Amino acid sequence: MSYIIDRRLNAKKKSTVNRQRFLRRYKKHIKRAVEDAVNTRSIRDIDQGGEVSIPSKDISEPLFHHGSGGIRQRVLPGNQEFVVGDEIKRPEGGGGGTGQGQASNQGEGEDEFTFQINQEEFLDFMFEDLELPNMIKKQLRDATSFEVRRAGFTSVGSPDKLNVIRSLRAANARRIALSGKERRKIRELKKEIKLLEGQLPSQAVALKIVAINEEIKALNLHIKRLPFIDEFDLKYNNLIRTPVPSSKAVMFCVMDVSGSMTQSIKDIAKRFFILLYLFLTRSYKKIEVVFVRHHTHAKEVDEEEFFYSRETGGTIVSSALNLSAEIINERYPPGDWNVYVAQASDGDNWDGDSHHCREVLEQRILPLVQYFAYVEITTGPHQNLWLEYEQIKEKFNDTFAMQTILEPSDIYPVFRKLFEKKE
Amino acid sequence: MKQRKPISTGSEWTFELIQQYDQEIARLAEHYGLDTYPNQIEVITSEQMMDAYSSVGMPLNYNHWSFGKQFVSTEQQYKRGQMGLAYEIVINSDPCIAYLMEENTMTMQALVIAHACYGHNSFFKGNYLFKTWTDASAIIDYLLFAKNYIAKCEERHGVDAVEQMLDSCHALMNYGVNRYLRPQPITPEEEKNRLLDREEYIQRHLNQIWNTIPKKDDVVKESAPRFPKDPEENLLYFIEKNAPLLEPWQREIVRIVRKIAQYYYPQRQTQVMNEGWACFWHYTLLNHLHDEGLVTDGFIMEFLHSHTSVIYQPPFDSPYFNGINPYALGYGMMQDIRRICEHPTDEDREWFPDIAGSDWQQTLQHAMRNYKDESFILQYLSPHMIRELKLFTITDNAALSTMQISAIHNDVGYQKVREDLAASYNIGNREPNIQIYNVDIRGDRSLTLRHYMHNEQPLAPDTDEVLKHLHRLWGFDIHLESVSPDGDILNQLHCPAQMATDAVA
Repeated sequence: MSYIIDRRLNAKKKSTVNRQRFLRRYKKHIKRAVEDAVNTRSIRDIDQGGEVSIPSKDISEPLFHHGSGGIRQRVLPGNQEFVVGDEIKRPEGGGGGTGQGQASNQGEGEDEFTFQINQEEFLDFMFEDLELPNMIKKQLRDATSFEVRRAGFTSVGSPDKLNVIRSLRAANARRIALSGKERRKIRELKKEIKLLEGQLPSQAVALKIVAINEEIKALNLHIKRLPFIDEFDLKYNNLIRTPVPSSKAVMFCVMDVSGSMTQSIKDIAKRFFILLYLFLTRSYKKIEVVFVRHHTHAKEVDEEEFFYSRETGGTIVSSALNLSAEIINERYPPGDWNVYVAQASDGDNWDGDSHHCREVLEQRILPLVQYFAYVEITTGPHQNLWLEYEQIKEKFNDTFAMQTILEPSDIYPVFRKLFEKKE
Repeated sequence: MKQRKPISTGSEWTFELIQQYDQEIARLAEHYGLDTYPNQIEVITSEQMMDAYSSVGMPLNYNHWSFGKQFVSTEQQYKRGQMGLAYEIVINSDPCIAYLMEENTMTMQALVIAHACYGHNSFFKGNYLFKTWTDASAIIDYLLFAKNYIAKCEERHGVDAVEQMLDSCHALMNYGVNRYLRPQPITPEEEKNRLLDREEYIQRHLNQIWNTIPKKDDVVKESAPRFPKDPEENLLYFIEKNAPLLEPWQREIVRIVRKIAQYYYPQRQTQVMNEGWACFWHYTLLNHLHDEGLVTDGFIMEFLHSHTSVIYQPPFDSPYFNGINPYALGYGMMQDIRRICEHPTDEDREWFPDIAGSDWQQTLQHAMRNYKDESFILQYLSPHMIRELKLFTITDNAALSTMQISAIHNDVGYQKVREDLAASYNIGNREPNIQIYNVDIRGDRSLTLRHYMHNEQPLAPDTDEVLKHLHRLWGFDIHLESVSPDGDILNQLHCPAQMATDAVA
């Protein structure tokens, strides 16, 4: 007798837990692989899932088994020309001669154990232990949108919010409480009647019973007169407005495009901006990106132009900062938007401007934004823009951060440093 | 020839068709005297098949990262097309659970039903190793218990603690099995009787003259009795019962791993026979269906195509060679036994006087019930089979610079090839023989293991890692001595590693 069962609709993904355990155990390795991937990948597919390789020996499960050496007899099929007594050379690298063809099969050499992680996991590993600074503070302080939530019951409210069950329960309780005295009296009287009925029947007793019954009737009437429901009983659903944190964010990419910015520096900047963008997408539902490029004066552009068109000229950083501040004020009121600004530059600025930059930042931008990250992509010494920014950093440690990137491999570590969790 | 009335003609399967095929195959299986557990045939998707793969074929199992690793690599290989999934997985349980993949054609489903639901199933029910060591009706319940128990332990003691415990147990899993049934412990009554018998025997053979011979003094020095008194080969059992520092829940985990290892132990020893038996029967049953006209010629061609690729044995110098194919060897031998029974040659009569010309069904049943791979090959590998596979033996002695051909498929070589092939299926040869030798119960509680060397083969370099796991379970020092057959200690390993020279010396 056979039973045939269709199990195709049963839960798939039975192995998910095991898979996660595996990833957890080799977190260190996977993180390293992710780091490499971030640094080497082209920008377009930086957020794809990825292939992770772990040296096989790191994940092998040890067992007692024989090593090479000693005497082995091996029976093989397909003999063609061998006769007893033939001597043949030991195959190369075949751990003590496990025979042809088998040697590489179970080696513990430098084989890599390779597997795929999906995009979400990739990003998880990429942004693990990072957080957006000042998010909580912002949520509490500046929330401007509200959500209506239920919050218990009140005794005042509009009729449409009347809670019938609660109201009737309260009425019932009130009636029980108010009729307590009468009901106790009735119980006592009824007991008395029982006693009287136990006695020998006589005229006097019968009269007494009638009198008591009258009294019970009166008491019952009294109880009945209690109102079934009273204004006092009514309960209403209580709804309150709770602030919801804004789930919208805008990210400003500010970049210097003066002659000193080479294509490779721009590439580094671009990677940095993309990382930031990906990171923000994990925290916010909706993200807008504003590209502001500048040389001696600033301009809002689209992505293509931002990264690829070339212009030359001097550098006045404050122009871009001013423009950003204007755009924020105009289009992204900080009450509704979480504003992040990332600025990339090679550190060049017109000497007289750096001081001005500091003023603009301190007065016009930092009060409006969640976070301002400045990366300087340079191998040379820092110039006065950096020095001015360092002063800002001392004042606005929470919202302002700056780091130097020397080469592409620094991007990810610098990014992590900018957004690492602060206790 | 009879009028053909095939059950189905297309390659699409439906549940009704599966049922019909199953009924027909069941009828034939009964005709051939196959005794099976009831079948539970489950149709699953390829994804579910991958899940089943990675929990060692079980429908449920406890959670462990190593299963995840297995899953991840299966998934990777499958997605890249480096590997096809098996057509079926069958579980030794009662009812016997067999998985069919939904991607298979009707022919493949019928093949799998014949192979798994009647071939493997009857093997599970009949073979002595499975009968002795596994309880088919309880395994699913036990796995459920194990899964829940381990999940509870994880809640209570943390995932990491449980994971460490399981890692260590898995490292010793192959050494967590009983290879032989233990005799029932004797009752005090029997014990007393034996004692009396022994006394009486000594009394009867007492000869006072021997007592006058002076004893040699230096031999008398008796060493302290060892614990355990006899070496113990079931390392996990010993740990479960005797490790000093384990918590009760840890002991239970050791026990769970041990029980599961024991459940797999027969499978590891009967791969050739089990697959051979199943292949033999799917071949026989489906051909019988064809003879009765119940399947089409197209069906049988498709079946033969996959059948021949399953039982193909590439020669040793082929790039596809990956050891001896257990399907090929097992199937070949089963067919060969039938041939010897039905059409014996003079050679067969000489080599197999007992079975040549006997009833093939009975002979096969007998072989299936009472042997494991090693003894099966030793008993039934015929010269005909050796010639067919062109088997030969290579002796590889690490001490010499070349390897020797020590036997080939000729008159003088048959016996040796057969013995060598049988020996290569002996788990006792394949895995190092390591047993618990002594515990220093009055001293530092260190545990001494002995590796009884086979053919001078040393242990692999990662043995240290296994010892670390053992050390975690035992909690005190571990020593491992490799002993030659003469009793000389050739090599020692310690965990934690000892300094080469003692500071005291």
